[in-house]
Amino acid sequence: MQRIIVVAGHYGSGKTELAVSLAMDLSARKDRAYPRLAVVDLDVANPYFRSRERMQLLRDHHVSLYADVFNSTGTTAELPALTAALRAPLEDEGCRTIVDLGGNDAGARVLKQFSKYFQGEDHELWAVVNFRRYETLTVENAREHVEAIQRELEMPVTGLVNNTHLLRETTAEIIREGYEKAKQLSRNMGIPLLATCYPAGLVSPEALADIAPLRPLGLYMRPAYLDK
Amino acid sequence: MTTDKVLMKGNEAFAEAAIRGGARLYFGYPITPQSEVPEYMSRELPKVGGCFIQAESELGAINMAYGAGAAGGSVFISSSSPGIALMQEGMSFLCSAEVPLLAMNVSRGGPGIGGIQPGQADYYQVTRGGGNGDYHIPVFAPSSIQEAVDLLYEGTELAQTWRNPIMVFTDGMIGQMMEPVKLPDYKPVLKPSEIAGQRNWACTGYDDRGGDRERRVVKSLRMQPEKLEEHVENLFAKYARAEKELARWESENLKGAEVVFVAFGTTARICREAIEILAAQGVKAGLIRPISLWPFPNKAFDEIDWSATKAVVSAELSMGQMITDVQLALNGRLPVFLAHRTGGMVPTSPEVAQRAKAVLEGLK
Repeated sequence: MQRIIVVAGHYGSGKTELAVSLAMDLSARKDRAYPRLAVVDLDVANPYFRSRERMQLLRDHHVSLYADVFNSTGTTAELPALTAALRAPLEDEGCRTIVDLGGNDAGARVLKQFSKYFQGEDHELWAVVNFRRYETLTVENAREHVEAIQRELEMPVTGLVNNTHLLRETTAEIIREGYEKAKQLSRNMGIPLLATCYPAGLVSPEALADIAPLRPLGLYMRPAYLDK
Repeated sequence: MTTDKVLMKGNEAFAEAAIRGGARLYFGYPITPQSEVPEYMSRELPKVGGCFIQAESELGAINMAYGAGAAGGSVFISSSSPGIALMQEGMSFLCSAEVPLLAMNVSRGGPGIGGIQPGQADYYQVTRGGGNGDYHIPVFAPSSIQEAVDLLYEGTELAQTWRNPIMVFTDGMIGQMMEPVKLPDYKPVLKPSEIAGQRNWACTGYDDRGGDRERRVVKSLRMQPEKLEEHVENLFAKYARAEKELARWESENLKGAEVVFVAFGTTARICREAIEILAAQGVKAGLIRPISLWPFPNKAFDEIDWSATKAVVSAELSMGQMITDVQLALNGRLPVFLAHRTGGMVPTSPEVAQRAKAVLEGLK
């Protein structure tokens, strides 16, 4: 895995859940090459369910969180007024950095102003796909979305993450059905399928033993009452 | 029915459900937290032969809706709290002129421009009306995306049946969250040539060179007080029927409940978790969830277990607005208390549970 991981994808594909989950996992695994760990929340498209809502959790696990200029004031505006400070983790070679973009090509656009940090080799661009999202139910539709993100960012997507899910109604069958489509998408686009996610505690990895690699996702973003 | 469930964001699902239910005209202006609705409509309506217009303001949007509705179009509009406030004059006109409209408020914290996090402080606005004169708008408050989909799918037909605006009142949390939904099939829509026949009041164009029908007039101006009084009496005969036919609610766990929550939308979901927390602490609690806010489901309160229930708690994302209707429905039969946060803050389930416990303690 490269130093900077940029997570892009359709609205609701699970980018933020993946970004927060990945940060939590990395914080538990000490890596000598990267003594520092940061999440850069670049979601300026949507004022709800952003990784900055979990700022305290991340800080408690020694993950720095960078977002817009209002971040420290708890303001919930959807303004593309980014703090210059968020360049620090992008420049710091000792900092493993996860960049959480907003949804779709429109939400990814904000990254272009930082393109000078993405000229070298030390980054990856992941596209998260959920084949149960209404607008990406087919391989063709998912491909259009991934291509739109690449066009917008003028950067190749380096890996796909299958996060096919229906929140708490996710089953092993739904994940497997998404996995089959993700493999097809990966073949069609020539982009490796890096992982298939499953919601930890909801679906057992044994039920997905034929799928590799698997990645458990802790559900950090969704308050429990939303499933009542 | 789409056989499989799909994952949708509330706002996208609302827009798709309105289209599938027959809405073909949308006029609006973006405002958080519902901007995905106009975004979706601008992209999807032209594909089904519909029309999207971004109005210059919410005032423009509601008056476009008035005109298009008067011409027999199936119109859907949506906005969020301050935007709906701007539309109130138009709502009064539409009610007076009996023009159908499906409207949606994805509400946020107020007053004024307020904030962009979820709120329910437009309860008075949507149930009492901010416009002038004697009128009512049936208001439905879904607590899940699926329920919102079902209400919006039904909404165009309801608006046409009642020849009145129908409001779906939800909040930013339900607009912004994701949920698995089953989308219903597309309803057939009238061809333009069928509108004049099917909607026999709509102003579809009078042919003064020997047309085969009487002139039609859609208006709210009545300069003779006797005529205006008669018109309003007729509207209220319609509203009296609506009060009987449109009251909807769900109740849960009322039998043996020491305390009963009354909550709609997002707050009802929080109360469900609070009920579980209270059960674990040995306190039985129930829930009355109004689905229609006007007409308020007064009958729901007759289901209360009078031998067990000691108090009713109205849980709201406001300083307490629905509580007025809860008190009217109970008519002094039980004490009513408030559990609330406002300004875009959402109470946690333990906070709501704690409030109910404190209420019961206080009554001892």
